[in-house]
Amino acid sequence: MNLEQLPLLQQLMIVLSAVVLLTSFVLLEQARLVAAIHAFAWQGVLVAMVTAVVATGSGLEHLFFSAALTLGLKALLIPWMLHRLVRRLELDRHKEPLHHPALVIMAGVALVIFSYWLVLPMIQEELMFTRNIVAVSLAVVLIGLLMMVVRQQAVAQVLGFMSMENGLFLAAVSATGGMPLVVELGVAFDVLVAMVLFGVFFFQISESIDSLDVDRMNRLTERTDEE
Amino acid sequence: MSPLWLAGLAVGLALMSALVALFSARVTHLLRTLSLPLFALAGLAALAAGLLTLVQGEVTTAQLPLGLPWLPWQVRLDALSGFFLCVIGVVSFAVGIYGSGYVRGLEHGRDSLPVLGGFTGLFLTGMLLVVLADDAFMFMVAWELMSLSSYFLVAFHHDQAANRRAAFLYLLMAHVGGLSILLGYGVLAAFGDGFAFDAMRAGELSFGWASVAFVLAFIGFGMKAGLVPLHVWLPEAHPVAPSHISALMSGVMLKVAVYGFIRFVFDLIGDIHWQWGVAVLVIGSISALMGVLYALMQQDIKRLLAYSSVENIGIIFIGLGLALLFLATGHKGLGVVAFVAALYHTINHALFKGLLFLGAGAVLHSAHERNLEQMGGLLRRMPWTGVFFLIGCLSISALPPFNGFVSEWLTFQAALQAWQLDSGVLRSLVPITAAVLALTGALAAACFVKVYGVAFLGQARSRHVRRARGVPLSMRAGQGVLALLCLLLGIFPTSVIALLDVVPLQVLGQGLSQATAHGWLWLTPISSETASYGAPLVAIILALILAAGLWLFGRGIRRVRRCDAWDCGFAPPTPAMQYTASAFAQPIRQLFGSLFYIEEGIKPQPDGRQRYQLQVVDRAWGLFYLPVARAVERAARQVVRLQSGNVRIYLGWSLATLLILLWIMA
Amino acid sequence: MSLSSWGVALLQALLYLALAPLLAGWVRKVKAWLQNRRGASPLQPYRDLYKLFGKEARMAHTASPLFRAAPYIVFTATWLAASAIPFIATGLPTAAVADVIVIAGLLALARFFLALAGMDVGTAFGGMGASREMFVSALAEPAMLMAVFTLAMTAHSTNLSSVVDHQLLHGIILRPSYMFALTGLLLVALAETGRIPVDNPATHLELTMIHEAMILEYSGRHLALMEWAAQLKLLLYGSLLVNVFFPWGMARDIHPGALGIGLLLVVVKLALLGAVLAASETVLAKMRLFRVPAFLNLALLLALLGLLSHVILEV
Repeated sequence: MNLEQLPLLQQLMIVLSAVVLLTSFVLLEQARLVAAIHAFAWQGVLVAMVTAVVATGSGLEHLFFSAALTLGLKALLIPWMLHRLVRRLELDRHKEPLHHPALVIMAGVALVIFSYWLVLPMIQEELMFTRNIVAVSLAVVLIGLLMMVVRQQAVAQVLGFMSMENGLFLAAVSATGGMPLVVELGVAFDVLVAMVLFGVFFFQISESIDSLDVDRMNRLTERTDEE
Repeated sequence: MSPLWLAGLAVGLALMSALVALFSARVTHLLRTLSLPLFALAGLAALAAGLLTLVQGEVTTAQLPLGLPWLPWQVRLDALSGFFLCVIGVVSFAVGIYGSGYVRGLEHGRDSLPVLGGFTGLFLTGMLLVVLADDAFMFMVAWELMSLSSYFLVAFHHDQAANRRAAFLYLLMAHVGGLSILLGYGVLAAFGDGFAFDAMRAGELSFGWASVAFVLAFIGFGMKAGLVPLHVWLPEAHPVAPSHISALMSGVMLKVAVYGFIRFVFDLIGDIHWQWGVAVLVIGSISALMGVLYALMQQDIKRLLAYSSVENIGIIFIGLGLALLFLATGHKGLGVVAFVAALYHTINHALFKGLLFLGAGAVLHSAHERNLEQMGGLLRRMPWTGVFFLIGCLSISALPPFNGFVSEWLTFQAALQAWQLDSGVLRSLVPITAAVLALTGALAAACFVKVYGVAFLGQARSRHVRRARGVPLSMRAGQGVLALLCLLLGIFPTSVIALLDVVPLQVLGQGLSQATAHGWLWLTPISSETASYGAPLVAIILALILAAGLWLFGRGIRRVRRCDAWDCGFAPPTPAMQYTASAFAQPIRQLFGSLFYIEEGIKPQPDGRQRYQLQVVDRAWGLFYLPVARAVERAARQVVRLQSGNVRIYLGWSLATLLILLWIMA
Repeated sequence: MSLSSWGVALLQALLYLALAPLLAGWVRKVKAWLQNRRGASPLQPYRDLYKLFGKEARMAHTASPLFRAAPYIVFTATWLAASAIPFIATGLPTAAVADVIVIAGLLALARFFLALAGMDVGTAFGGMGASREMFVSALAEPAMLMAVFTLAMTAHSTNLSSVVDHQLLHGIILRPSYMFALTGLLLVALAETGRIPVDNPATHLELTMIHEAMILEYSGRHLALMEWAAQLKLLLYGSLLVNVFFPWGMARDIHPGALGIGLLLVVVKLALLGAVLAASETVLAKMRLFRVPAFLNLALLLALLGLLSHVILEV
């Protein structure tokens, strides 16, 4: 496949998916919580743009609706809710620098190379450029999971989870032209409900152990001497 | 005058220099008037033999009446041996000239001159014989000769316990490595039906056994060359030897290990697999990066240079790894480019590391100081050494128009052809290795700015350094020869590649003719559209603009008026206010600190003064060597149980062994 | 490689020399506008250089001959490196003499002597500047080379003329690898030319200096050469960014009309880049030294992503 031979719309798709990969790295590295939420919002915008491009290119009308839904939910509503949550928990100025940023970045790069290697055997010739975007989406999913492993802050872990969902959506849109609308709506509502539940839980956790540091939750074991 | 005859002459002259040195106990000046000049002549003869082989491009063999009755020593002088004879010869020549001035300082001490001269000659003999060997037996005997004689040289200043420890570590690791090499030859001999190299070349190995042989050879030769994590003997042994011996060890002996690896893998095994290329590439990159980082942490100039040798050996192995990778995946032309890049870096490193060690020896000779923190301002006290050392620093930092840049350029060009590989994973890994190489190059430049700036520039930080004098002519001449060659190999790379083109032609079956296809001005390793480097033009243009600038603005040699340095309005700066070597490296130490075990702190002394202490320890000791040492001790303790002291149990062991033997023979 | 192409190459080199102070002056002018001042004329750096060349040069008591030779070597190496980058035309022989790795090597040579000159006088400031400069450049080098490799892997060449020709040949293509490489190179250029947020070129506080600390002891014609070399380096990086990534308008043949158009367009592009640089210098603040690795790690990450998007998405 040669980039020069692809039509402009498909080149745009490739560029947008590359920038999605960049945002997932930024999410991984970003120490400030508020900036991380903004990076996640931008990731949502970019995924919506990819959906819109696929919609224009393939003529599937319902994808426009998907794009709007993604934009509204992932780029506006969920970041707004997280922002409100963070402000109520007084975490806006919170910084959580990574312990070994170079190692984490190297792990991220290794995951990208690994997902590329995994996707290589896919032999659909006509859709070869989408094979590459599937590699990028898989990488976004894996990096989201890595983010959940590496970060200690609970809100950062939610962002990792959401970013995984972004990756799956990107894979679905680029490889198969989107999921059926019903499935799409169902997933979107699930994500919304998950967000609300997260919000409620965070308040409870914060009140009981006075911090949202996930490592501190090992204090919640049954220990009679701690009473 | 055949090249083989010249090589034999070189060996003979080296042995004679060892013999003559034996008499220097009685007649002290014999070492510098006869023995070392003979040594230099031996180097010259080896250089002539090597050059003649490369020019003629033929392979000459012979059989010596030494060795075992059914396995006489086979000698073979082909292009690869010829190239390494050049490497050995040129550095030995410079060391021989330099040594005549250097050992004068040892004549009035209690050091044993016959030991020094004798073992130096034997060391050179051993190295020459390794390169000429065509069967495993002669190779191993010559290898042992080389290791043992260098052990005695490392232990030369044996009155200090630290030196004895370093020498013991060196001997131990040399023998473990030698054992690994011997086992590797054993595997090849088993499949090739014989210990002669020709028999081994004809042997057919399966992937598994070939990999076993490769791993054994890699461990053995890598240990001798100084790859991480088997490098720990290098920074202990190289500093304690006399300086001209350090130059020989770092400049030449490490290259003989590289020769052994090339001969074993590229020539004797022949059938290469890409996994080996990846392993060599990864270990080479790690060695390069760790070597230069360790070098940045050192304050002892010779230890720093030793770690820098680890870095450069890593760079050579990066080139060899790329060559293995390209050859195994069917891109022979690219493999040749990488191979030539590795060979070029080999001769470059021999030249500039030899030059740097000779310079450090000159500083040691006249200022009696090895610690960078005590030096300063030596450029004005020792101008010639200062200029030659600057050329060495410029070459090792890979700056145009010197030779280090050419080999690094060639390595980058080879790495950049990774787009031709089929595997996407390899296509992303090779540029990452190239980025590590770029980081290494930049850190090496930082390291040598530190060395040169702290040692030769600024103001002297101690009294004895302030009083340092210039060194004798022979020492300056030795350095000058190497410095001139560094410049020449940087300005005329096409001529050098044309000369060594016959090495890949014989070893790999294809030469690098396209490199010189556009004339001697342009170096085009792949094609002129891909990349070209007009080295002589760059040098000429630089010299022209420099001369024009000096003429326009230099206004001749009119004196420039002097004044005080800027002191911010406070008291004039004293030498103690200058940046020290550890201060210079502090940002890098802080950034990469997690790779080492660093203890840094200020401790108040009982007399009211403050004392700054910095200790950097190689993590390889704790991670790798201490567990191995403890395991060996535990195993040894188990074996001790066999020694029960009871005669009947010993007889019982003998009975058991006899029974087993009889059963096997039946 | 005809005689006329060598003539144009010489013309290009002289243009670099002549226009370097103008770019520096233009950036200062735009910064002044953004700060609501009138600012000095963009031609002021020429007057400064003229003044410095006329002044007497002095050296400290402790300076060695290397201190005296360093300005010439730094200037020469930087000028030669700049001349090798296509400015108004492609297909010139200078690109065959020195490809992009040689250019990086020549800049490293200049930096080596600059750092040595800083350490030569034996003051604390010079050593500090040298130490910081080598630290920053050690981290910037892999990012820059990685971005260069991304370009080389697409264009299959490190010869800048070939890279530019490849870009001109294929028209406007949206390449993520080029976008990432461009952003990475922008960050590296900020670090290497000593602009905010890595180093403040207009500071007078010695403890915040990197580049200025190394040339603190220079005066007269030596200082003029060092300043001109720094301006050349800024023009070098600007030209690299603008001409390699947006080469449209460069002359393909040696023809006064085409050369004139090429010159005009490159001046316009550099003016835009200079304005962007001035805006970023006004908006950002200088980072403390140990935040610079994070900045350069971002550049390396961008360059790495450029390489990975090339391997995964483009081939």
